[in-house]
Amino acid sequence: MKNFKINHRESSGLDVLDLHGELDAHTASQLEESLKLLIDSNKSSIIVNCSELDYIASAGLGVFMAYIEDVRSTGGDIKLTNMNERVYNVFDLLGFPTLYDILEDERDAIEQFSKEN
Amino acid sequence: MNKTATYQIKVTASTENLAEVRKFVALHAKRQGFTEEQISDLQLAVDEAYTNIIKHAYQNNKNEHVEINLSFDSDKLCISLFDSGNSFSPKNYNLPDIQKKIEERKRGGMGVYLIHRLMDSVSYHAKADKNEIRLCKNRN
Repeated sequence: MKNFKINHRESSGLDVLDLHGELDAHTASQLEESLKLLIDSNKSSIIVNCSELDYIASAGLGVFMAYIEDVRSTGGDIKLTNMNERVYNVFDLLGFPTLYDILEDERDAIEQFSKEN
Repeated sequence: MNKTATYQIKVTASTENLAEVRKFVALHAKRQGFTEEQISDLQLAVDEAYTNIIKHAYQNNKNEHVEINLSFDSDKLCISLFDSGNSFSPKNYNLPDIQKKIEERKRGGMGVYLIHRLMDSVSYHAKADKNEIRLCKNRN
Protein backbone atom coordinates (compact mmCIF):
# COMPACT_ATOMS: atom_id res chain seq x y z
CA MET A 1 0.00 0.00 0.00
CA LYS A 2 1.41 3.36 -1.02
CA ASN A 3 0.27 6.07 1.31
CA PHE A 4 3.12 8.50 0.70
CA LYS A 5 4.62 10.02 -2.43
CA ILE A 6 7.12 12.77 -3.29
CA ASN A 7 7.39 14.76 -6.49
CA HIS A 8 10.38 16.88 -7.34
CA ARG A 9 10.11 19.94 -9.55
CA GLU A 10 11.83 23.27 -10.09
CA SER A 11 10.22 26.63 -9.59
CA SER A 12 11.99 29.96 -10.17
CA GLY A 13 15.30 28.10 -10.11
CA LEU A 14 14.56 26.55 -6.71
CA ASP A 15 14.00 22.90 -5.92
CA VAL A 16 10.54 22.03 -4.70
CA LEU A 17 9.51 18.76 -3.11
CA ASP A 18 5.76 18.14 -3.08
CA LEU A 19 4.76 15.76 -0.30
CA HIS A 20 1.59 13.70 -0.68
CA GLY A 21 -0.08 11.53 1.93
CA GLU A 22 1.16 10.31 5.28
CA LEU A 23 4.67 10.81 6.60
CA ASP A 24 5.56 8.43 9.44
CA ALA A 25 8.42 6.20 10.62
CA HIS A 26 7.78 3.96 7.62
CA THR A 27 7.66 6.56 4.86
CA ALA A 28 10.26 8.97 6.32
CA SER A 29 13.06 7.14 4.49
CA GLN A 30 11.59 8.29 1.15
CA LEU A 31 11.82 11.92 2.22
CA GLU A 32 15.32 11.31 3.49
CA GLU A 33 16.41 9.91 0.11
CA SER A 34 14.93 12.84 -1.78
CA LEU A 35 16.63 15.40 0.45
CA LYS A 36 19.94 13.56 0.31
CA LEU A 37 19.78 13.44 -3.46
CA LEU A 38 19.34 17.22 -3.63
CA ILE A 39 22.05 17.95 -1.06
CA ASP A 40 24.49 15.56 -2.73
CA SER A 41 24.04 17.44 -5.99
CA ASN A 42 24.77 20.72 -4.17
CA LYS A 43 21.19 21.96 -4.17
CA SER A 44 20.66 23.88 -0.99
CA SER A 45 17.66 26.13 -1.58
CA ILE A 46 14.84 23.71 -1.03
CA ILE A 47 11.11 24.26 -0.65
CA VAL A 48 8.98 21.50 0.80
CA ASN A 49 5.37 22.03 -0.22
CA CYS A 50 3.03 20.27 2.22
CA SER A 51 -0.30 21.14 0.60
CA GLU A 52 -1.09 17.45 -0.03
CA LEU A 53 0.48 16.19 3.20
CA ASP A 54 -2.32 14.74 5.31
CA TYR A 55 -0.37 13.51 8.29
CA ILE A 56 3.03 13.76 9.96
CA ALA A 57 4.58 11.91 12.91
CA SER A 58 7.78 12.87 14.73
CA ALA A 59 9.85 10.58 12.48
CA GLY A 60 8.97 12.95 9.63
CA LEU A 61 10.10 15.99 11.58
CA GLY A 62 13.29 14.10 12.41
CA VAL A 63 14.28 14.08 8.74
CA PHE A 64 14.14 17.88 8.59
CA MET A 65 16.20 18.05 11.78
CA ALA A 66 18.90 15.81 10.36
CA TYR A 67 19.54 17.88 7.21
CA ILE A 68 18.81 21.51 8.02
CA GLU A 69 22.35 22.26 9.25
CA ASP A 70 23.86 20.78 6.10
CA VAL A 71 21.92 23.11 3.83
CA ARG A 72 22.25 26.18 6.06
CA SER A 73 26.03 25.74 6.32
CA THR A 74 26.25 26.19 2.54
CA GLY A 75 24.04 29.28 2.58
CA GLY A 76 20.80 27.51 1.78
CA ASP A 77 17.69 26.59 3.67
CA ILE A 78 14.77 24.19 3.75
CA LYS A 79 11.54 26.17 3.81
CA LEU A 80 8.25 24.49 4.53
CA THR A 81 5.01 25.75 3.02
CA ASN A 82 1.26 25.16 2.61
CA MET A 83 0.73 23.02 5.72
CA ASN A 84 -2.76 22.11 6.80
CA GLU A 85 -3.70 22.95 10.38
CA ARG A 86 -3.31 19.41 11.64
CA VAL A 87 0.23 19.05 10.26
CA TYR A 88 1.22 22.54 11.45
CA ASN A 89 0.01 21.67 14.94
CA VAL A 90 2.60 18.88 15.24
CA PHE A 91 5.44 21.23 14.22
CA ASP A 92 4.07 23.80 16.64
CA LEU A 93 3.89 21.40 19.60
CA LEU A 94 7.61 20.76 19.20
CA GLY A 95 8.57 24.42 18.80
CA PHE A 96 9.63 24.20 15.15
CA PRO A 97 8.15 27.55 14.05
CA THR A 98 10.96 29.45 15.80
CA LEU A 99 13.67 27.30 14.21
CA TYR A 100 12.33 26.77 10.69
CA ASP A 101 10.84 29.02 8.05
CA ILE A 102 7.27 27.76 7.86
CA LEU A 103 5.34 29.84 5.34
CA GLU A 104 1.76 30.12 4.25
CA ASP A 105 2.41 29.65 0.55
CA GLU A 106 5.13 28.45 -1.82
CA ARG A 107 5.29 31.96 -3.34
CA ASP A 108 6.28 33.35 0.07
CA ALA A 109 9.18 30.92 0.20
CA ILE A 110 10.35 31.90 -3.29
CA GLU A 111 10.22 35.55 -2.26
CA GLN A 112 12.08 34.84 0.95
CA PHE A 113 14.84 32.98 -0.92
CA SER A 114 15.22 35.83 -3.40
CA LYS A 115 15.69 38.28 -0.51
CA GLU A 116 18.29 36.06 1.13
CA ASN A 117 20.42 35.48 -1.96
CA MET B 1 -23.05 4.95 26.75
CA ASN B 2 -22.34 3.32 30.11
CA LYS B 3 -21.41 0.08 28.47
CA THR B 4 -17.71 -0.49 27.91
CA ALA B 5 -16.80 -1.33 24.33
CA THR B 6 -13.48 -2.97 23.56
CA TYR B 7 -11.69 -3.64 20.30
CA GLN B 8 -8.42 -5.40 19.66
CA ILE B 9 -5.84 -5.70 16.90
CA LYS B 10 -2.62 -7.71 16.84
CA VAL B 11 0.11 -6.69 14.41
CA THR B 12 3.72 -7.57 13.77
CA ALA B 13 6.28 -5.08 15.04
CA SER B 14 6.85 -3.32 11.75
CA THR B 15 6.47 0.28 10.65
CA GLU B 16 4.65 -1.15 7.60
CA ASN B 17 1.63 -1.51 9.90
CA LEU B 18 1.59 2.09 11.14
CA ALA B 19 -1.08 3.21 8.67
CA GLU B 20 -3.29 0.22 9.53
CA VAL B 21 -2.98 0.90 13.27
CA ARG B 22 -3.88 4.58 12.79
CA LYS B 23 -6.90 3.58 10.71
CA PHE B 24 -8.05 1.08 13.34
CA VAL B 25 -7.97 3.76 16.04
CA ALA B 26 -9.65 6.38 13.85
CA LEU B 27 -12.45 4.05 12.76
CA HIS B 28 -13.55 3.14 16.28
CA ALA B 29 -12.99 6.58 17.79
CA LYS B 30 -15.14 8.09 15.05
CA ARG B 31 -17.94 5.58 15.64
CA GLN B 32 -17.74 6.41 19.32
CA GLY B 33 -18.28 10.09 18.63
CA PHE B 34 -14.80 11.55 19.13
CA THR B 35 -14.19 14.80 17.24
CA GLU B 36 -11.87 15.06 14.23
CA GLU B 37 -9.35 16.95 16.35
CA GLN B 38 -9.42 14.31 19.08
CA ILE B 39 -9.04 11.57 16.49
CA SER B 40 -5.94 13.29 15.08
CA ASP B 41 -4.44 13.39 18.57
CA LEU B 42 -5.25 9.73 19.18
CA GLN B 43 -3.75 8.64 15.87
CA LEU B 44 -0.52 10.51 16.47
CA ALA B 45 -0.19 9.27 20.06
CA VAL B 46 -0.71 5.62 19.12
CA ASP B 47 1.67 6.02 16.15
CA GLU B 48 4.43 7.39 18.39
CA ALA B 49 3.90 4.70 21.05
CA TYR B 50 3.89 1.88 18.51
CA THR B 51 6.98 3.29 16.75
CA ASN B 52 8.82 3.42 20.09
CA ILE B 53 7.94 -0.21 20.79
CA ILE B 54 9.24 -1.28 17.37
CA LYS B 55 12.50 0.62 17.89
CA HIS B 56 13.17 0.28 21.61
CA ALA B 57 11.34 -2.82 22.86
CA TYR B 58 12.00 -4.98 19.79
CA GLN B 59 14.95 -3.24 18.08
CA ASN B 60 13.20 -3.51 14.71
CA ASN B 61 12.67 -7.27 14.88
CA LYS B 62 9.70 -7.73 12.56
CA ASN B 63 8.93 -11.22 13.87
CA GLU B 64 7.66 -9.81 17.15
CA HIS B 65 4.11 -8.74 17.87
CA VAL B 66 2.24 -5.83 19.38
CA GLU B 67 -1.28 -6.10 20.69
CA ILE B 68 -3.42 -2.99 20.79
CA ASN B 69 -6.60 -2.73 22.83
CA LEU B 70 -9.14 0.05 22.71
CA SER B 71 -11.46 0.40 25.64
CA PHE B 72 -14.24 2.97 25.47
CA ASP B 73 -16.30 3.89 28.49
CA SER B 74 -18.72 6.70 29.21
CA ASP B 75 -16.09 9.36 29.73
CA LYS B 76 -12.90 8.25 27.99
CA LEU B 77 -10.99 6.03 25.59
CA CYS B 78 -7.98 4.08 26.84
CA ILE B 79 -5.55 2.59 24.33
CA SER B 80 -3.23 -0.12 25.63
CA LEU B 81 -0.24 -1.34 23.65
CA PHE B 82 1.28 -4.64 24.81
CA ASP B 83 4.68 -6.01 23.88
CA SER B 84 7.00 -8.67 25.23
CA GLY B 85 10.29 -6.94 24.44
CA ASN B 86 12.68 -4.89 26.53
CA SER B 87 10.71 -2.81 28.96
CA PHE B 88 11.34 0.91 28.89
CA SER B 89 9.70 3.66 30.81
CA PRO B 90 10.88 7.12 29.89
CA LYS B 91 11.71 9.37 32.81
CA ASN B 92 11.75 12.60 30.90
CA TYR B 93 8.57 14.03 29.42
CA ASN B 94 9.89 17.53 28.83
CA LEU B 95 10.05 19.34 25.53
CA PRO B 96 13.27 18.20 23.88
CA ASP B 97 15.86 20.84 22.98
CA ILE B 98 15.29 20.78 19.23
CA GLN B 99 17.91 23.49 18.51
CA LYS B 100 20.58 21.42 20.23
CA LYS B 101 19.54 18.27 18.41
CA ILE B 102 19.71 20.11 15.09
CA GLU B 103 23.23 21.34 15.82
CA GLU B 104 24.30 17.83 16.72
CA ARG B 105 22.44 16.43 13.68
CA LYS B 106 20.44 14.22 15.98
CA ARG B 107 16.82 13.31 15.71
CA GLY B 108 14.24 11.39 17.65
CA GLY B 109 13.31 11.64 21.28
CA MET B 110 10.19 13.64 20.45
CA GLY B 111 7.56 10.90 20.55
CA VAL B 112 7.26 10.61 24.33
CA TYR B 113 6.78 14.36 24.72
CA LEU B 114 4.09 14.36 22.02
CA ILE B 115 2.24 11.43 23.61
CA HIS B 116 2.07 13.28 26.92
CA ARG B 117 0.88 16.48 25.26
CA LEU B 118 -1.82 14.72 23.25
CA MET B 119 -3.28 12.41 25.89
CA ASP B 120 -4.85 13.09 29.30
CA SER B 121 -3.01 10.29 31.06
CA VAL B 122 -0.11 8.00 30.20
CA SER B 123 1.13 5.09 32.29
CA TYR B 124 3.62 2.26 31.92
CA HIS B 125 3.12 -1.19 33.43
CA ALA B 126 5.93 -3.72 33.22
CA LYS B 127 5.06 -7.30 34.12
CA ALA B 128 7.21 -10.42 33.91
CA ASP B 129 6.21 -11.35 30.36
CA LYS B 130 4.46 -8.26 29.09
CA ASN B 131 4.86 -4.51 28.96
CA GLU B 132 1.92 -2.21 28.69
CA ILE B 133 1.73 1.45 27.81
CA ARG B 134 -1.71 2.83 28.53
CA LEU B 135 -2.86 6.05 26.88
CA CYS B 136 -6.17 7.61 27.91
CA LYS B 137 -8.09 10.51 26.45
CA ASN B 138 -11.23 12.00 27.94
CA ARG B 139 -14.28 12.51 25.78
CA ASN B 140 -14.66 16.07 27.08
